[in-house]
Amino acid sequence: MMKHARLLSLALLGCSFLVLAASLHAQPISSLELFTHAADYDGQNVIYEGEAIGDIMIRGPYAWVNVSDGEGAIGIWMQKEFASSIVYSGSYKSRGDWLEIKGVFHNACPQHGGELDIHAESIRKIRTGREISEKLNVSKRNMAFVLLGVLCLVWILKQLNHK
Amino acid sequence: MVLKPRLEDIKITAYYLGKIILGLGFIMLIPAAVGCAYREINPVLDFLIGAEVAFIFGLLLTRLFHTEKDLNWMQGMIVVSLSWLAAMLLGAIPMYLSGHWQSYLDSCFDSMSGFATTGLVLAQNLDHLSYTHNFWRHLIMFIGGQGIAIVALSFFVRGVSGAFRIYVGEARDERVLPNVIHTARFIWLVSIVYLVLGTLLLGVIASLEGIRPASAFFHGACIFMAAFDTGGFSPQSQNILYYHSPAFEAATIILMVLGALNFRLHYQLWTGNRREILKNIETRALFTSVVITFVITAFGLAQAGAYPGALLLFRKGFYQLISAHTGTGFMTIHPAQFLGGWNELALFGIICAMALGGSVCSTTGAIKMLRVGIISKALIQDIKRIILPEKAIAIQKFHHMKEIFIDDKQARSALLITLAYLVLYVSGAVIGMFFGYPFLNALFESTSASANVGLSCGITHAGMPVFLKLTYIVQMWSGRLEFMSVFTLMGFLVAFIKGKS
Repeated sequence: MMKHARLLSLALLGCSFLVLAASLHAQPISSLELFTHAADYDGQNVIYEGEAIGDIMIRGPYAWVNVSDGEGAIGIWMQKEFASSIVYSGSYKSRGDWLEIKGVFHNACPQHGGELDIHAESIRKIRTGREISEKLNVSKRNMAFVLLGVLCLVWILKQLNHK
Repeated sequence: MVLKPRLEDIKITAYYLGKIILGLGFIMLIPAAVGCAYREINPVLDFLIGAEVAFIFGLLLTRLFHTEKDLNWMQGMIVVSLSWLAAMLLGAIPMYLSGHWQSYLDSCFDSMSGFATTGLVLAQNLDHLSYTHNFWRHLIMFIGGQGIAIVALSFFVRGVSGAFRIYVGEARDERVLPNVIHTARFIWLVSIVYLVLGTLLLGVIASLEGIRPASAFFHGACIFMAAFDTGGFSPQSQNILYYHSPAFEAATIILMVLGALNFRLHYQLWTGNRREILKNIETRALFTSVVITFVITAFGLAQAGAYPGALLLFRKGFYQLISAHTGTGFMTIHPAQFLGGWNELALFGIICAMALGGSVCSTTGAIKMLRVGIISKALIQDIKRIILPEKAIAIQKFHHMKEIFIDDKQARSALLITLAYLVLYVSGAVIGMFFGYPFLNALFESTSASANVGLSCGITHAGMPVFLKLTYIVQMWSGRLEFMSVFTLMGFLVAFIKGKS
């Protein structure tokens, strides 16, 4: 009985290790980690998460999408269909879609002139981006008016002294 | 005995400084107009505030210290060095107000980096920066590349002799045309013609590579300003990597090289004297130096096994090398890759290229090719003197627009400036080492700042020590002005404190 219980607990422990290992493996890798240890990850399947930024550049049946995780941005080479699912890309006026990319990491991609990039095998949209509506910053507006008043005063004084 | 500066010196200096500040105020209205076009309300306010502050200071200085007198040499030098500091402080105001810089010091750092055409960046979240601020970052490179005071020269300064002193103070000791104001206007003409052509070229390439036309031509204009003025800023955080385009890389290489050529050489080419490019000591020295430093870098990269295949090695190695040698600082690799993938020999090749720079009377920084050429020729002359019989006269000449015989004065001047640069490179590296950075990394970043290059191996970031930020600001400032006007300002301050009236 004791032997069975020991075996069962060992099996449970093993399973939990496997689950833990699987969940650790599924963790996205940061851009900083990829830049710093690029040679170690070269040719490996990685998961990378970040915001689609700037322009989506369609190149034939493929597209380049630059994805930033806040620490750095990496170029993702993906099929055009994947890119067409991206609605928002990050700029001054929008917050880009937050994507999870699964793909092969290249330290010096032979297909793309030695670039550090990821060739996406799948992408998943974690969060849809949004447009950022710009609201007038009242304190900036007030400061601009006050300074305009001071400027007019200085200019008038200069003109008076000139005469 | 050191004499205390006269009140008149301060008055004249302040008056001309005021004029340059007024000019800066007008320049800040350009990005405000860009902001209106892109309907960016708050960024427009940032620039209106910046311009208003500049106008207030400019009006006060020109009113309180009004004078009709022209500048003498000392005053001209001081005006130049102070105007660059004023430009940094005022140019940083709209940047800081945007909220993309962690502190006012950080925005001052980027402002000096822009005006001095360096390209080191402390901005945060660059990919969400407005068109208005991005345009300003690149415009200040365009202004700084020609020379801040050149703007004043072209539009505000009446006296030709005072104008020439300001011109020299901004590290341009060669005149394209006999009249210095005509020279300044010629420099603007060249730059604006190339601006139009370069923007079109880059805009078309960017459009063909899949960027929306409105964005493509904006990127084209920004990248042109950063390339031709050997600055190195880019609208996006990935720099040139953002475009994933060999055509874009090739176009920027051409623009960087054009920016690294002497404006006098541009004049010769424009007037049909194309043979000058083959005979000129600067272009010959630049070609030789590029070949040597590239061989060093390529050997290092091959040794490190950084790239699979010679073509990839050439594409990455040559781009960073040209970017370093022309003092631009565009990158097609991530900063961490310099330390992670490149070995010390490859880094040494890049450091040498950064330290040497481009031509005099161009938009590049660093020691520059004319000095390298003169020092090499002087060395050959000295060797000849030793080898030849005592009665023989060893003469050495070089071609720089005309045939020139080397004399000791030229060689001494070239050696002194070279020595000053070397001291600047090493002193920045030593300060970096005090903050715990390895020698090679610290030397890389210090050389990049002093030679106004902008390549980074990762030391430059918002979290770096404040003292190191200040060090790099001083290096960018003194490196861009080639020391003389900075030394004059220091001497003026010492005389002001210790001098006898």
